[in-house]
Amino acid sequence: MTQPLRHDAQTIARPLWLLAELTYACPLQCPYCSNPTEMAQIGAEMTTDDWFKVLREARELGAAQLGLSGGEPLVRRDLEAIVAEGARLGYYSNLITSGIGMDEARVNALAEAGLDHIQISFQASNAERNNFLAGSNTFEQKKAMARAIKAAGYPMVLNIVLHRHNIDDIDDIIAMAESLDADYVELANTQYYGWAWHNRAQLLPTREQLNHAESVTTRYRDNGGRMKLYFVVPDYYQDRPKACMSGWGDLFLNVAPDGLALPCHAARQLPGIEFPDVREHDIAWIWNESPAFNHFRGFDWMAEPCRSCVEKHDDFGGCRCQAFMLTGDMYATDPVCAKSPSHHLITDVVAEANAPTSARAEAQPIVFRNPKNSKRLHATPPAGER
Amino acid sequence: MSRPVIHATSVARIARGHRLQYEPAQDCHVLLYPEGMVTLNEPATEILTRCDGQRSVATVCELISAEFGGADVSDDVYEFLRLAISHGWVVIG
Ligand code: SF4
Ligand code: SF4
Repeated sequence: MTQPLRHDAQTIARPLWLLAELTYACPLQCPYCSNPTEMAQIGAEMTTDDWFKVLREARELGAAQLGLSGGEPLVRRDLEAIVAEGARLGYYSNLITSGIGMDEARVNALAEAGLDHIQISFQASNAERNNFLAGSNTFEQKKAMARAIKAAGYPMVLNIVLHRHNIDDIDDIIAMAESLDADYVELANTQYYGWAWHNRAQLLPTREQLNHAESVTTRYRDNGGRMKLYFVVPDYYQDRPKACMSGWGDLFLNVAPDGLALPCHAARQLPGIEFPDVREHDIAWIWNESPAFNHFRGFDWMAEPCRSCVEKHDDFGGCRCQAFMLTGDMYATDPVCAKSPSHHLITDVVAEANAPTSARAEAQPIVFRNPKNSKRLHATPPAGER
Repeated sequence: MSRPVIHATSVARIARGHRLQYEPAQDCHVLLYPEGMVTLNEPATEILTRCDGQRSVATVCELISAEFGGADVSDDVYEFLRLAISHGWVVIG
């Protein structure tokens, strides 16, 4: 998310942003997907009425932005109905899609249902690489859909996840966005959650690659380029963590396909926290009262060095999921922080990514996101899980 | 960014993709746009709710002035509109 929701510091925390992950099903297999790798084990999807309940209750609490994502939300046949209900309730709705499962009629039906905004993702700037990374022949379809979105009167927001295998194409990526008449382009470096975590060694770019991409982006802006480019840097190359979700349970409410309410899309993996089911509890209780949403609120849960750090108000100690994935301790300082005693866990990976030949990256093939690999990865519960 | 030029005859409207609405939960107006939202204070609300794409800026000033006992509000209106334009919330013409 490039433009965080701004809100009044005085007002009490509200779930202003509702992210509805309608399904984990997706026709694509992006190896950088941030969906949980255990997706094959996740329970049945909620019904249309379940989603209506979520929309209604979150709206009563003040939710105003509605993200419709997945997986691929177009897989849900009731997407139009969910959009219409969101519009009726007064949400500003944003569809986050790969464009697969779309046709012109569906774009128009969504617009008619009151959809405010569409963001379409591309894997790369040419068919060969796009199709390799997506695991299917989808490039032409995506381009056609990007044009259909524009023709329906929407601003065109392209999202491209950058990593080692496509970041050097940055010039081409920008040129492709130009040729599609994009208005906004999100050049988002991979965040290492879910499938991307498994493929870290394969996906992490070198410092040189990153600098090159950043300088091309800056040059485009300096030359007065028409499109607005957002460049999201990978936090592995920084020495302070991101203010993840602007704080736990402060702004974001993520509802997963199986009805789990989560403070962020990756939180399911955190051990010992029982995340509430939206079908068993109302959103007000979940947001205000549930132990899960209060678990990392405030600063009392922090250990050193965060606890006595003056910067804790800026970054809340970083990402809990990243702390857990890297150190096994979800209370630890996010290792991205140079003050973290485990910062070497980041710098080691970065050093390896910058080594002349990364032996590990060669040896380990890319794991594509699909149900088969999900089952394979979770045949036996990995260490550190409940 | 260059300073946006606004004339008395300019017509301001909420930019495409942006929506001004009243939020019952917060008891205030907000401006919603892709992946973002600003909570509006009272002066901003008075101004933006009158920028309907028809009225001139001069008319907006008159209407607000009438609401506030004839006070001269034009400096505030112009200053806020310049800010709103530079943020992309409002467009002229
Ligand atoms: S990242 Fe790729 S695989 Fe994952 S949901 Fe998006 S399009 Fe599907
Ligand atoms: S020590 Fe903790 S609070 Fe301080 S900058 Fe690092 S992550 Fe942030």
